[in-house]
Amino acid sequence: MNHLLVAPILLPMFTAALLLVLHRAPVVMARSVNAAATLSLFAASVAILTQVESGTPLVYQVGNWPPPFGIVLVADRLSAFLLLLTALLAPPVLLYAAQGWDARARYFHPLFLFQLMGLNGAFLAGDLFNLFVFFEILLIASYCLALQGLVVERLRATLHYAAINIAASSVFLMAVSLLYGITGTLNMAHLAERVALVRTEDVALVRVAGLLLLGVFSIKAALFPLYFWLPALYSNAPAPVAALFSMMTKVGVYAIIRITTLIYGAESGVLMELTSPWLLPIALITLVLGALSAFGAGRLATMTAYLTIASVGTILTAVSIGGAAAFSAGLYYLAHSTLVIALLFLIGDLIGRSRGDMSDQIHPGPQIGRAAGLGLAFLFAGTTVAGVPPLSGFLGKFMLLQSVNGAMAVVPVWTVILATSLLMLVGCARAGSIVLWNVTDPLPSDSAHAPRAGEWTALAALAACSLLLVLFAGPVKHYTDETAAQLLSPDSYIDAVLGPQREGLVRPLQTGGLR
Amino acid sequence: MMELMVAIGLGIVTACGLYLILRGRTFPVVLGLSLISYAVNLFILAMGRLVPEAPPIITEEAARYSDPIPQALVLTAIVISFGMTGFLMALAVRTWHQTGSDHVDGAEPKTVGRPAGTS
Repeated sequence: MNHLLVAPILLPMFTAALLLVLHRAPVVMARSVNAAATLSLFAASVAILTQVESGTPLVYQVGNWPPPFGIVLVADRLSAFLLLLTALLAPPVLLYAAQGWDARARYFHPLFLFQLMGLNGAFLAGDLFNLFVFFEILLIASYCLALQGLVVERLRATLHYAAINIAASSVFLMAVSLLYGITGTLNMAHLAERVALVRTEDVALVRVAGLLLLGVFSIKAALFPLYFWLPALYSNAPAPVAALFSMMTKVGVYAIIRITTLIYGAESGVLMELTSPWLLPIALITLVLGALSAFGAGRLATMTAYLTIASVGTILTAVSIGGAAAFSAGLYYLAHSTLVIALLFLIGDLIGRSRGDMSDQIHPGPQIGRAAGLGLAFLFAGTTVAGVPPLSGFLGKFMLLQSVNGAMAVVPVWTVILATSLLMLVGCARAGSIVLWNVTDPLPSDSAHAPRAGEWTALAALAACSLLLVLFAGPVKHYTDETAAQLLSPDSYIDAVLGPQREGLVRPLQTGGLR
Repeated sequence: MMELMVAIGLGIVTACGLYLILRGRTFPVVLGLSLISYAVNLFILAMGRLVPEAPPIITEEAARYSDPIPQALVLTAIVISFGMTGFLMALAVRTWHQTGSDHVDGAEPKTVGRPAGTS
């Protein structure tokens, strides 16, 4: 058995535990241990990606218990893609945090690794219950990361965020156990087979479970009308944490893609495309509200938080259009938006730091130091996120617009995507020109707050990733195309988990109803 | 009969929890979330079918058995919800200390024709 698949979970877990033991050690040591672990995670993710590229998903049976009885970790193309994206985002964020902020933030390094463990585990989990468990791991780490410093605004935002997520977890458990009660399994591949076989009187219950799951994942992904926890949390969180959180909404997106393609996919008979009538309108409304709120935001961090919501809206528009081309465009856009939004959070923090009391408010204020460099960085990130050609946001949106051709939804999707792109562009231009050019006090502020070399490097790394997405758009598009094809024919996933000869392995369907 | 009673009981506990999490103070919210998690734990157990006086293992003698998987799931769910509730409680107390208000928004609401503390 290939033990590589368990590395993205165990490596951060053990390193985080080690760092907890060593938390009194000098911060340089914590940094280097964390950096070593994060870079090894990157290597492991690349290795997993190259292995799944053949088309056969990797399956790891924990404790060697055969599925559907034991716990399985599964990496198909989608999981490997998201693992690599997480591993790509983590090193620049860590580098940015390691420029002095981490010395003041208690337990930042172990919490950072626990967050990575939760993210990786959620992408690899092969059954719904472990998806729940890894969600909880990433949530508890994110609560503590968002609370760093215990400032009043962070306490308030985290209280709301924790309360809504604990409620969501209860609903998640209800949906999972409902599915178990009807189908007798939690393994997602096995569920995919079983939901097609449920008796007609149980179909309504399976639909309820599916829509409950959609509701829970919409909270995690921050979809309208369940995104109200996000702006306060992301805009008040420390910048490196907010940058890492740009991956967190994508876990909700991943879970929505997974259940809609695998469990409620094309082969589930009467349950086919259960969520599709809901998803497209919700995604479009999310996109419009995100772009409008970003346009009217009062702070750079708030603007970026709303841009996160808009990006989730865009990705789920692609997912709800369906079809290989739209999925592929959505995945490309997912990679682009995660990296660029992280970049925007970091730039906003650097700008805010050098403006003294004005912080990152979008309001005329003092001249910032290093205005040229930060201004160019903001110009790059703003135009990329809005989708100006030839940057990565443009390519993602272009593929999305192309994929919708011929579908019924072509008019609303084109209108909304193009109008919101304009809104985002004007919003970023407004924010940039007010903050960088509308200077009330022309004296440059002191250089103590000027960005350090490491912070420039972190920005450059994220910007480079976005540019590489453009330069290597061909190979990336090829990979996302193949991923979309694999998602739309889940047989290879099911075969990899349950094995080709799976008759007799599974116990008969329970007779339904409470005895 | 047992099923009906369990179902009604779960409904009442969930409704009480739902009412409490919609309150304006943090302590009722924490209580409401714990009530809902109790209801969910019982719901998971019920989804393994309510089989009294049957072992959770298959043996030669046992004519019937109760499903052991929901029991394992409940164990995990209890641990997680216990931890999360504890964390939320600590967070609520800390917010109260820091803001001087136990309102969920971290500040007393603007009283419009209502005395304070009756949210």
